[in-house]
Amino acid sequence: MTAIDSHATPLADPHAPAHPPGGAGHGDGHLHSKYPFLAHHFESPAQQFDSGKLGMWIFLATEVLFFGALFALYAVMRFREPQVFAFASQYLDTIMGGVNTCVLILSSLTMALGVHFAQRSKTGPLLVCLILTFLGACGFLVIKYFEYTHKFHDNLKWGPAFYMPVAGEHGAAPAPHADTKLVEVPPASGTAAPEAVVSNVPSYKTPPVDASTIKAGSLGPIGITSPSTAGEAGEGTHGAAAGHGHGDVPHLYDPDLPVDTHQFFAIYYAMTGLHGIHVVIGMGLMVWLMVGTIRNRFNSNYYTPVDLVGLYWHIVDLIWIFLFPLFYLIS
Amino acid sequence: MSNHSIAPDTSHGHHSAVPGDKPLVGHLVPIGLLVANGTALLLLTVVTMALHYVDLGELNIVVALAVATLKATLVGLFFMHLRWDRPFNQLIFVGSVVFVALLIAFVTLDTRQYQSTIRPGNPKMVQDVLDADAPTAPITAKKGY
Repeated sequence: MTAIDSHATPLADPHAPAHPPGGAGHGDGHLHSKYPFLAHHFESPAQQFDSGKLGMWIFLATEVLFFGALFALYAVMRFREPQVFAFASQYLDTIMGGVNTCVLILSSLTMALGVHFAQRSKTGPLLVCLILTFLGACGFLVIKYFEYTHKFHDNLKWGPAFYMPVAGEHGAAPAPHADTKLVEVPPASGTAAPEAVVSNVPSYKTPPVDASTIKAGSLGPIGITSPSTAGEAGEGTHGAAAGHGHGDVPHLYDPDLPVDTHQFFAIYYAMTGLHGIHVVIGMGLMVWLMVGTIRNRFNSNYYTPVDLVGLYWHIVDLIWIFLFPLFYLIS
Repeated sequence: MSNHSIAPDTSHGHHSAVPGDKPLVGHLVPIGLLVANGTALLLLTVVTMALHYVDLGELNIVVALAVATLKATLVGLFFMHLRWDRPFNQLIFVGSVVFVALLIAFVTLDTRQYQSTIRPGNPKMVQDVLDADAPTAPITAKKGY
């Protein structure tokens, strides 16, 4: 009895009686009939609750160490090549990152409120909070999806892919690039380049603006060139429009591009990706909690799952709180 | 453990098997405090973003990480109930953070020591890709391996 009333009974309380005074002892004391959720190997609801919390905190500590290794890698990389981080971070959208930070904080707030309502047996508000938290996670991932796809389109990737010219990229390019492999082009003829490429097809006209957007592969062997310029031109303008997101030249043609810049994107995708996986797992846990809530499993006596998932969700938020300044706020 | 002393069994009548408005175990954080905490976190996010556009030189990263640490502390103390949690749970969490800090401190201690041994230019694989696919990229001409 004592064990229930002090909400913070130590895990192994030397003062607590080995069996509740009124209980029948092993496994099915009166507490177990009183609280159907109480597992038979626990003495009291307090002991069960504390065990769950302890286990969750140990798990969270391993999560901190898990991400900690990546933070250490980040620190080494940034100390070694600060210029890479200063340069590459301009390709991250600070506003999108900031909005995502706010979305995660708000979802953390709704989660904390959900725990509060669960503790007070308020099932309706708990369900609302869980749904809001789930929507926050969705919002976070949608924004992240837009960030990732934009970068992928611009070949802001890890490894050698970072150095592939973007299809349809033009403008700041000082000379045609992809075409030069298959067809010899007189250098630096600028807008005359397409004429040179297809010089034996005199009738072939291309708007000058699309000079460097024509991919060699689409032209085919010399002399069999098909005049399929419409699609190519469309792709070219699309690429240009997408490139305007930063209003900058493509990264490959930026004269300030430092060596090893692709490594920034390796650590960026590794850390934000691992964090994103945690968000997805969190969404699954929210659904699990929603089902439990609808089935009326949680109340002031038993809300441990809500509490522990809440802890998990907060640590996902907490890690993002550090990822945001480390990647998006580099000046 | 001091603030978790075993109270005499005076309030037993309160706790029945019937769920109520008070948690049987654990600490209930008032809604007002949770909302205030969330608001503070949002404000700190705005502050840190605003400071990003102010050039403080080397201090920028220090300030940004200080704000992040403050935010993380707020999340831990109030959203994660650590302020009212068992000292042992607090120790586990703070301990993990301390060990990560140790790891980062040790691996970064000698990072600059090897700066002179780094060969300039791109690794061969990267340079090959550059030569083949982006001959106009400005870093092509850098000395490779």
